[in-house]
Amino acid sequence: MEGRKIKKRMVEIVWHARGGQGAKTAAQMAAHVALAEGKFAQGFPEYGPERMGAPTRGYTRISEGEIRVHCAITAPDVVVVLDETLVGNVPMTEGVTEETIFIVNSRKSPKEIKEALGVKKNRVYVIDATGIAIDELGRSIPNVPMMGALVRATGILGLDGFKEDVRKKFGKKFGEKIVAGNIRALERAYTEVKEG
Amino acid sequence: MQEMVALTGNEAAALAFKQIEPDVVAAYPITPQTELMHDVAGFVHDGEMRTEFITVESEHSAMSACIGAAAAGARTMTATSGQGLALMWEMLYIAASYRLPIVMANVNRALSGPINIHCDHSDSMGARDTGWIQLFCENPQEIYDSIIQAIRIAEDKRVQLPLMVCYDGFIISHTMQPLKVLDKETVQKFVGKRQPEFSLLNVEKPFSLGALDLPPYYYEHKRPQVEAMKNALDVVLAVAKEYESLSGRRYGYFEEYRTEDAELLLVGLGSFTGTAAEAVDIARNEGIRAGLLKLRLFRPLPKEALSQALKKTKAACVYDRALSFGLGGPLAHELRSVAYETGLKVPIASAIYGLGGRDITEHDIAAHIRKLWNDYKKDSIKMETEFLNLCE
Repeated sequence: MEGRKIKKRMVEIVWHARGGQGAKTAAQMAAHVALAEGKFAQGFPEYGPERMGAPTRGYTRISEGEIRVHCAITAPDVVVVLDETLVGNVPMTEGVTEETIFIVNSRKSPKEIKEALGVKKNRVYVIDATGIAIDELGRSIPNVPMMGALVRATGILGLDGFKEDVRKKFGKKFGEKIVAGNIRALERAYTEVKEG
Repeated sequence: MQEMVALTGNEAAALAFKQIEPDVVAAYPITPQTELMHDVAGFVHDGEMRTEFITVESEHSAMSACIGAAAAGARTMTATSGQGLALMWEMLYIAASYRLPIVMANVNRALSGPINIHCDHSDSMGARDTGWIQLFCENPQEIYDSIIQAIRIAEDKRVQLPLMVCYDGFIISHTMQPLKVLDKETVQKFVGKRQPEFSLLNVEKPFSLGALDLPPYYYEHKRPQVEAMKNALDVVLAVAKEYESLSGRRYGYFEEYRTEDAELLLVGLGSFTGTAAEAVDIARNEGIRAGLLKLRLFRPLPKEALSQALKKTKAACVYDRALSFGLGGPLAHELRSVAYETGLKVPIASAIYGLGGRDITEHDIAAHIRKLWNDYKKDSIKMETEFLNLCE
């Protein structure tokens, strides 16, 4: 099943997570894949006092043309939430429009998450990325499966690009088993993501 | 053949360090410079970089070790940020007055207090009178290219001065972006070998360094530093030209954007200038004749070229990410001084932004351009320092 496609010259993504869940890695991984696909991109974290569990943000810009701005994203096209407990506790809907897509790591239904976010008309996707990460990787780091959901929900990047990136990044360092687990996680998230 | 890679500002700097492969690196870690030195230490550990890496107990010691190494004849590099640069203070002057071509990456960070790890330019601005050449970079591409060029500028016989390559902490140091890089062989050929006229290890040509210099001579030893800075103006352009023939990327004192018919010129340093270019486009779409000057060479200040650029415009605003308390924006006052020295009547406004990492977007800048344009149309550009994005 094909995902839907965002059609914009520049797509801006904000990642919400807790310290240790990989918002920075996610933001930079998406940027990396975009660059490998021949697009322009930026990936950067928002730095605060870095500590495990504290709310953190990452930012990704993906563009058909050169990106000149060097500032935080204030009107995101896509909001990705790696930790459900942040919903309602940190501002996520500032600067968003009805076109903004939300992707949340949760076992709840899209309808429940929509209510928790306080949005009505937006497309909201949910995926149990933590469950998938525990199944496939043995660790509750949800960032890689969230990429599968991102691909499906936005169509801005290809799943193959992420698979290739996982192979390159983890292959040498962690070996074939970890690579295979991450690729399964990407594929499962792509298939299992629910739209509401 | 150049390769396209995706690197953060710190990673781009580390790659330049690796390809230059200096004899000595002495450094102390400090946020947001830390990843740069992690990478360099890793390269040395893994044998990818044949460099003597000296871990020291403070930045004061880092610069002291660099001074010793550079005086011995070694090609020497280091990196720091904010408080680290402040702690190097007295040694910065010594490096410059001994005419030691040390190249340092300064990852711009606000000075305490209150303590803050984010970007502003108060560290570089505080070091503006130390005798170091200062280049400012907007993005990872400029960082990589400028560090490589810095070796040639600093070591040039006509210059022989230390040089700091400055880039914005976190905003650029931690943002991954695409850039084109050369291969190591090309970089090695470009930087060549350091050939100091005097070095402490050359027993054939002994000399003394660091002697007591009292009133009969001290003043005379300052004068050549003035000449060396002047010479740097030519050398910066010559090195940029040679580098362009290798890389295809053009560098100079500054870069102009949509200035041909601009009546309102924005001037700034570092990452701000990328965002400001976008703001200029927004303003242009509204019929505002705005343009942008991205200053790269801050020391020596290219006064003549800046005067030529100011001559083309009707009004200007200088954006400073630092403050000289009791005066205002340091760069704004330097530009006003250039205008005065060269007999220009152009009104130059001064705006402070982004202290301690306060974000500024293209929309913030566009809104300020609209305000300036209104003032300009009424012939009433304000001279008082403005504070952008400040909650008060």
